[in-house]
Amino acid sequence: MSKIVFQRPKALCDVPTHYCPGCTHGIVHRLVAQAIDDLGVEGKTIGIAPVGCSVFAYNYFNCDMIEAAHGRAPAVATGVKRVLPDNVVFTYQGDGDLIAIGTAETVHVGARGENITIIFINNAIYGMTGGQMAPTSLLGQKTTTSPYGRKKEIQGNPIRVCELMATLDGTAYCARVAVDTVPHINEAKRAIKKAFQTQIDKKGFSIVEVLSTCPTNWGMTPKEALDWIRTDMIPHYPLGVYKDITGEDEAK
Amino acid sequence: MAKVLMKGNEAIAESAIRHGCLHYFGYPITPQTEIAEYMAKRMPKVGGVCLQAESEVAAINMVLGAASAGARAMTSSSSPGISLKCEGISYIIGSDLPCLIVNIQRGSPGLGSIQPSQQDYYQATKALGHGDSQVPVLAPSSVQELADFTGLAFDIGDKYRTPVMLLADGALGQMMEPVELAPEGQAVLPEKPWAANGHEFKRKRNIINSLYIQPDELEKTVLERYKRYEQIEANEIRYENYMTEDADIILVSYGITSRICKTAVGMARQKGIKAGLFRPITLWPYPKKQLLALADQAKKFLVVELNMGQMVDDVKVSIESKKPVCFFGRTGGMMPSPGDVLKAIESEGGAR
Repeated sequence: MSKIVFQRPKALCDVPTHYCPGCTHGIVHRLVAQAIDDLGVEGKTIGIAPVGCSVFAYNYFNCDMIEAAHGRAPAVATGVKRVLPDNVVFTYQGDGDLIAIGTAETVHVGARGENITIIFINNAIYGMTGGQMAPTSLLGQKTTTSPYGRKKEIQGNPIRVCELMATLDGTAYCARVAVDTVPHINEAKRAIKKAFQTQIDKKGFSIVEVLSTCPTNWGMTPKEALDWIRTDMIPHYPLGVYKDITGEDEAK
Repeated sequence: MAKVLMKGNEAIAESAIRHGCLHYFGYPITPQTEIAEYMAKRMPKVGGVCLQAESEVAAINMVLGAASAGARAMTSSSSPGISLKCEGISYIIGSDLPCLIVNIQRGSPGLGSIQPSQQDYYQATKALGHGDSQVPVLAPSSVQELADFTGLAFDIGDKYRTPVMLLADGALGQMMEPVELAPEGQAVLPEKPWAANGHEFKRKRNIINSLYIQPDELEKTVLERYKRYEQIEANEIRYENYMTEDADIILVSYGITSRICKTAVGMARQKGIKAGLFRPITLWPYPKKQLLALADQAKKFLVVELNMGQMVDDVKVSIESKKPVCFFGRTGGMMPSPGDVLKAIESEGGAR
C-alpha cells in the first residue's frame, strides 16, 4: 500500500510561483505554511506582506492576509494583534523593508514585546526593484547602486539584525537560520515553528532571520548562490539562536 | 442628558469611545496631545487600547492594521504629523478601510507654530495621499460639533469603507465649552465580513490589499471607489446658511473662523449692510449646489479663512464664477477679530 510522505502544506495555496528560478523564498513559504499546519492555526492566522519580492505572499498563504506599505508591516501587525490578541499574527519581510525603511517599526515591536512573529528574509539585496544595495549587503558586494562594491567609507556597514533585536527586553525568541542545505532547512523549520509557538504561548516578540538567495540579482546560478550563503553570508551573519527566554535553545 | 464642560480635544476622545472606538494609536504633537492623554487614561477603563506609537507613520499603520481586523480605530495629530501620515492614508484608501483621522491644525509650513490655523485645507480636500482619491472631511465649529462629528465620521467611514478626516484647529481643540455626549455603551457597530480576523475555516480567506499589478484591475478598483464617492456626494453633504436669505455679501467660512464671521455678520447688519454667512461643514464633498443656489441673489462672496485663500477656488467653481469672489484671511497662527472681518466686509472683501 502506498503512503503519502510529502505533499503541499494545507496553508499554502496551490498556485504557480512568481519567484525567480533558484530563489529560496519558496522554501521559506513552505516552512511557514508547515508551521501553521503543524500548530493547527491557519483559521486564526493573519499574515502581513509588505513591499518587496514577497509582497505577493498574500497569493500563497491560505490564511487571511494584509498587504502593507514598505517597512510598515510591524506597525500593521501591532494594530491587528491589539484587536485580536488571541489570533496568530506574522509578518514576512525582506531586508530593505525590515532594517532600512522600516527600522523604527522593527525595533519598536521588539521593544514593546509585541506578541507577533517576524519572518525576515535576508538576501543582502533589493530583489523586487532589480538588485540595489540593501542594508544587509556585504562589504565589497557589487549591486546596481554599489557598482564598485560596497565600501564602508561610502555606503556604510551592513546591519546584523538578530544581534540588534536580541538586545531588546521584549524579544522572546530570536534566531538566524539559512536555507542553503537540507540540515540548515531542517533547522530553519524548527526555528520558524518555535517562533510561532512562542507567540501562541504569549511569551512576546519572536523573529527568525533566514539567509536566503537571490541568484537573479546576485548574478549567479542557483548552485553558486547556495554556495555564496555558505562562503560569504554565514561568516558575516553567524547562524544560531540569539535569544530564547524559554531557555530551551539558548545553549545552542 | 446633561451637558458637561469639556475641552475640545477631550470631547473628541470621549465621543470616539462612546461611538465604539476602542483602538487609538497616536503620537504627541501640540495642539492635539490631550486626545492621546485622555485616551491613555480612559481606554484601560473601558477595555480598549491606547498605544503611543514610535512615530506618526507607525500610528497610521497601526490604524490600518486595527481597521483591517475589523475594529473602529482612529489616530489624531496636527499639521506636521498629518503630513507624515499621508503615506498610510493612501494605503488605507486603496485598501478600502474605514477609520477616523483627526487633524487639529496648527501654523505651517514646516514646524510652523502651535497656534490655530486652517492651512491644511488643500491637503485635506485635494490630496491627503498619493493617487486618485478623496477623503470625506468634516469641519466642526464648536466643541459640541467636535463630539457629534466624531461619531458621524465613524458612521460615514463604515458605510462607505473610507477613512474620514475631522479637520479642526488649535483653537477648537483647546477651548472648553458645554457639550452633550452620546450615551455610554450604546454604540451599534456594523458587521465587517471583509475583515482579516482569521477565517476559522468558515469562509474564504480575506485579503486586504492596495496592490494591483494588472492596470485594468487597478482601474476597476478606482472606478468602483469613485462610484462610492458619488454616493457620498449625493448623501453626505452638510452645510449651514446664516442670514443669507436677503444677503448682498455672503461670507464663506468654516470651522472656528465661521464663528468670528457670524459675529461680524451681526455687526454688519447693525450698520445696514446685508451680510450673510454660508458655512460648508463637509469640505469634501463640497456643498457646490447649495452655494450655487445663492449666486444669483448675492452681489459678492467673501471667503474668510486662516490661510492664504485655499478655499477660494472651490467657491469660484461652485458659483460658476457668476459673481466676484474676494478673500480675507490671516495665516501663520494669527486670528482675526470680528472687527477685522467687518472691515473686510465694509471694503467689500478687499484683501488686506
